[in-house]
Amino acid sequence: MQIDKDLVMYLEKLGRIELSEAQRAATEKDLQDILTYIDTLNELDTDGVEPASHSFPIANVMREDEVTNTARPEAILQNAPNSRDGCFVVPKTVE
Amino acid sequence: MEWEIVMGLEVHTELATKTKIFCGCSTEFGGEANTHVCEICSGMPGTLPLLNRRVVEFAIRTGLATHCDITRKNKFDRKNYFYPDLPKAYQISQLYFPICRNGYIPVTGADGAPKKIGIHEIHMEEDAGKLIHDAFTDSTLVDYNRCGVPLLEIVSEPDFRSAAEVIEYLEKLRAILQFTGVSDCKMQEGSLRADVNLSVRPKGQTAFGTRTEMKNLNSFRAIQRAIAYEAERQIELLEDGGEVVQETRRWDDNKGISYAMRSKEDAQDYKYFPEPDLPPIEISEETIERIRASMPELPEQKKRRYTEELGLPEYDTSILTSEMAYVKLFEATVALCDSPKDVANWIMGEVMKLLSATATLPENMPLTPEALAAVINMVRAGKINRGTGKTVLEKAFCDGVDPEQYVAAHNLAQITDLSALRPVLEEVIAANEKSVSEYKAGRTQAMGYIMGQAMRALKGKAPAQEVQKLLHEMLD
Repeated sequence: MQIDKDLVMYLEKLGRIELSEAQRAATEKDLQDILTYIDTLNELDTDGVEPASHSFPIANVMREDEVTNTARPEAILQNAPNSRDGCFVVPKTVE
Repeated sequence: MEWEIVMGLEVHTELATKTKIFCGCSTEFGGEANTHVCEICSGMPGTLPLLNRRVVEFAIRTGLATHCDITRKNKFDRKNYFYPDLPKAYQISQLYFPICRNGYIPVTGADGAPKKIGIHEIHMEEDAGKLIHDAFTDSTLVDYNRCGVPLLEIVSEPDFRSAAEVIEYLEKLRAILQFTGVSDCKMQEGSLRADVNLSVRPKGQTAFGTRTEMKNLNSFRAIQRAIAYEAERQIELLEDGGEVVQETRRWDDNKGISYAMRSKEDAQDYKYFPEPDLPPIEISEETIERIRASMPELPEQKKRRYTEELGLPEYDTSILTSEMAYVKLFEATVALCDSPKDVANWIMGEVMKLLSATATLPENMPLTPEALAAVINMVRAGKINRGTGKTVLEKAFCDGVDPEQYVAAHNLAQITDLSALRPVLEEVIAANEKSVSEYKAGRTQAMGYIMGQAMRALKGKAPAQEVQKLLHEMLD
């Protein structure tokens, strides 16, 4: 896969960040290097190897459907930069 | 040109679990803002999700009820997007290995022939929070009570060709979800939501046209209207030489129109990847068989049993099994008064009339099986007549009165002791001398008037036949 400036700018948009021209050039090179490095993995023969999605050989870690939490809106809102009427306040968001 | 409408459905249903999908917060609807919220569902750094066992069980139940294959090796994936209704900036969902696949729900096709609507997949995911726009300060308030409530997304194949098929599928799906206890499916509380993907094509063409997706459909009526509107919009566009743009449209039920929500250049890129915080879920054959064995009776099975064991006509069984609320009331009432056909008639007649007159949804049924059984038993025993029965049922429905107490307190019981009738009739005869003498002179029609006066004096509480018999005895 080829990384170019347009792709970097698209990723900026998705990530809600804005890079300077210098950062853009550096990011383009970094991402290309990372992909090239990862391409090394494609040299491995993985026929007959089951795809892994998790690092540890564990499965079925679940909890019972019992309420364990109580209402603590003050504690939850403590970390909010801005709150009002028991709600988090964020900049105007209209779809 | 003749056009064909092609539709697929994405249905989201909130599960009737006690707690959220990844934490021990309550899923109870309503309540003060952010009172059912903890570090996990508000997306605090350093927290880890822990899957609710019941969500998996409910997903399997739904899959089994819709003839799906159950995926043995499940995992979750991250769907990334920035929007304040989702505090983690990603939704935990299933993309690569959804828990159920390849199912179907049977409906009635265009020519009345049976038709299967394919279910492409069913996957587990979490709901998002609620945004409240504050016009006064021009900012947005966020309530995360719904955030993390478990959802199933049920994705159909593009098999629908008419709005009628869509509605029948949704009614059947809703009944399945309710009967299996998976969801209460209250559309007004958002626990059943449907998005419709719709395209049109010239009849006979095999390739699909460009589709649009419609959101914000909150009732069966809205769905029906939105489909009619969108199909017409696309056909007009194409007939005028235009093109349909692939987009998401929002239905405005008040105005009866839909409008584009997201533009094409803003196409969503969710950057899905496997969720590293949740280990895989492996579902064994034993688990599936245990759940299959413990499945509650489904609408179709109930219909069959009502016909075979209770002898109800098919029309009755279809109506009774259309809503879980009817089934509950029906079965509990039959257990109390053992007269299935009477119970079915009262539910399909008076109870449904009262629901519609008071604009009450069946799931908010105020009438108890005890009250309905009491009314039916009194009518059957001849203690009250049918008209009185209807009045008492209305009182029980609207005011929650105890039918037996109400009948006693208002002296509504039928006069069963016929000797008690005679003195009342003697008074009626004395008070209506003119009609009585006319009758005795051979004007037989006068009897109708005397009879009316007698029933009035008796407040309708005596069997008319007996009253008439007695009047003839006394006058002839």
